[in-house]
Amino acid sequence: MSKQEKHWEKTKGLLFITLAIWFVFSIGIFFFGTEMEASSFKPFGYPLSYYMTCQGSLLAFVILIFWFAGRQEKIDEEFGYTEREDD
Amino acid sequence: MIKGKFIDNLPKVYGIYTGGFLAFIILMAVLEQAGVSAKAIGIAFVAFTVGIYAIIGWLSRTLQVDAYYVAGRQVPTVFNGMATAADWMSGASFVAMAGGIYFKGYGYMALLVGWTGGYVLVASLLAPYLRKFGCYTVPDFIGTRYGGNLARLSAVLVLTVASFTYVTAQINATGTIASVALDIPFQVAVYVGLASILMCSLLGGMRAVTWTQVAQYIVLIIAYLLPVFWISNKMGAGFFPHLMLADEVARIAELEGQFGFVKNSAADLATVPKGLAGITKAHSSVNGTNWGFISLAICMMAGTASLPHVMMRYFTTPSVKSARRSVAWSLLFIFLLYSTAPMLATLSKLSLIDPNLATGIIGKSITDVQAIDWYQNWNQANLMFVSDFNGNGTLELNEFFMGGKAVVLATPEIAGLPYVISGLVAAGGMAAAMSTADGLVLAIANALSHDLYYKIIDPKAETAKRLIVARVLLVLIGFAGATIAALEIQGILGSVIWAFDFAMSGLFFPLVLGVWWKRANAQGAVAGMLLGLAAGTWYLIHVRTGGTPIWGVTQLTFGIIGSLVSLVSMVVVSLLTKAPDAKTMAMVDEVRIPSGKTVLGKQH
Repeated sequence: MSKQEKHWEKTKGLLFITLAIWFVFSIGIFFFGTEMEASSFKPFGYPLSYYMTCQGSLLAFVILIFWFAGRQEKIDEEFGYTEREDD
Repeated sequence: MIKGKFIDNLPKVYGIYTGGFLAFIILMAVLEQAGVSAKAIGIAFVAFTVGIYAIIGWLSRTLQVDAYYVAGRQVPTVFNGMATAADWMSGASFVAMAGGIYFKGYGYMALLVGWTGGYVLVASLLAPYLRKFGCYTVPDFIGTRYGGNLARLSAVLVLTVASFTYVTAQINATGTIASVALDIPFQVAVYVGLASILMCSLLGGMRAVTWTQVAQYIVLIIAYLLPVFWISNKMGAGFFPHLMLADEVARIAELEGQFGFVKNSAADLATVPKGLAGITKAHSSVNGTNWGFISLAICMMAGTASLPHVMMRYFTTPSVKSARRSVAWSLLFIFLLYSTAPMLATLSKLSLIDPNLATGIIGKSITDVQAIDWYQNWNQANLMFVSDFNGNGTLELNEFFMGGKAVVLATPEIAGLPYVISGLVAAGGMAAAMSTADGLVLAIANALSHDLYYKIIDPKAETAKRLIVARVLLVLIGFAGATIAALEIQGILGSVIWAFDFAMSGLFFPLVLGVWWKRANAQGAVAGMLLGLAAGTWYLIHVRTGGTPIWGVTQLTFGIIGSLVSLVSMVVVSLLTKAPDAKTMAMVDEVRIPSGKTVLGKQH
């Protein structure tokens, strides 16, 4: 496998993990709206379903993208695909 | 005071600007205490902020193609994040979203999840690759990746349909705010709004829009957060509302149980002015099907990743890496406002319906409510209405109606905040609607001038001529948008949701597969764009004209049908026709490498 193919394999792997986490927080948990509402786990006292829609999932996305960007930069560095002007 | 290059001094420049804006707010507060009229303060707020944007627009004028189209590709990561946040958060986010949540509760909070979750798709699937490509516009990518004028033209078509639907809503929002703040008729205010929008983009294109959008973000975020924190503290609900409103949310649920959701008769509802609604859905409880929530979130996410005015912001960063980081910053800045919207809806609703609060009106006598100052103001603006349907003389929950815009615009007044806050909110709403309208008008005009005029009609056109064409188109599109906005066909939130569905129907899969599936070819992409758009449009008309919905897909989620048709037709047609040539394959490989020269030249 050439360097470029390896880089793309790793990039695809990261994409897969990122989209899996994204799926859980954007779609997966909302299949359980009523179950979340009935849950005794109440972040800051809010019903869990309400908390996730108005803060929880949103925050998860923010963290996820920062994490994703950092990981992708590591992959790019590993294969020498960085630009000097970046730093 | 400021030496060296403008770009190097950005933190200082915008720091001074923010300080100046805060000083202006304090000055207005002092003037209000000194007895200056509410109307004068409202006018001052709108005139002052719009004036500043116009000055920035003038200072950023340019005659260079890459400055006009992509701000010279030198916008730093964090500032591009701010500009994107302003570009993104429109009149719908600022003025209408809290209202939507106020009326529809949990079901509409899918918008919050959708409008943020979409950025994960932008960051991971598209933005870095399109930045590497080096295109000026989204159809520029489609046209070069797939090859052929038909693909380019189809992309221009989808872009225009989606963005135009969106921009009429934004001009409508600027018109609404200008008409309230300046006290002029809506039909005139729409053109005042348009003039302010064009002042920011006409001379400097993307460069001017970028620097005004950063300024607009600062105004809109202060204008949104300050009142919410203030009201929360004033009500004693907690000094940091996001983490401390659990009791208030529970109290609303308790009151809902106590009042019940009484259904009004059709004859009673016919007396309510058009566009106003009552509270008919539970605030925090799950109040619809899971699929209803999820399908709306999916449409907003895929739409986010297909809307050209957002994507084009990531063409302006210096590198691929900074494009990726910039998406993360954008979402952080957006999160600040989106996490606040449900808190505003909660505070607004509680202060109106809780009989234990001084501001509560439910349970009071109808004549008392009709005598309240703010009720009379907003009733006159056609945004509030009460009626004694059951004739008992007392206002019931089902007898109180409000316009969606009033939740954001009227809450400070209802909660008894000084008028200076209402003026600030008007300026914030204006900033939100203007910044998005600018991004959209520019996206359409650039697609038409670069992709249709320069790439297809007259490839030999000189720079000066290209930029003149771009500006003429900008003005024409703005006027067309304002004319349609003045007709008031659809509400702000409704049109915006439609725009996402249109964009998703036609562009989501052709864009994503362009990067991630080498085998995708021009025939497939054209089929995907045109059939997707056609199927989505057909379904929208089908549901609007009383047809039976398929799979519970409503007029707000028709993108599900459109994009599914788009995906299937794109894959099938691609596989049935010839694979792309070696040159195209090599180009896709090149796009996947995050360093080195862009695929398209610096000037093209």
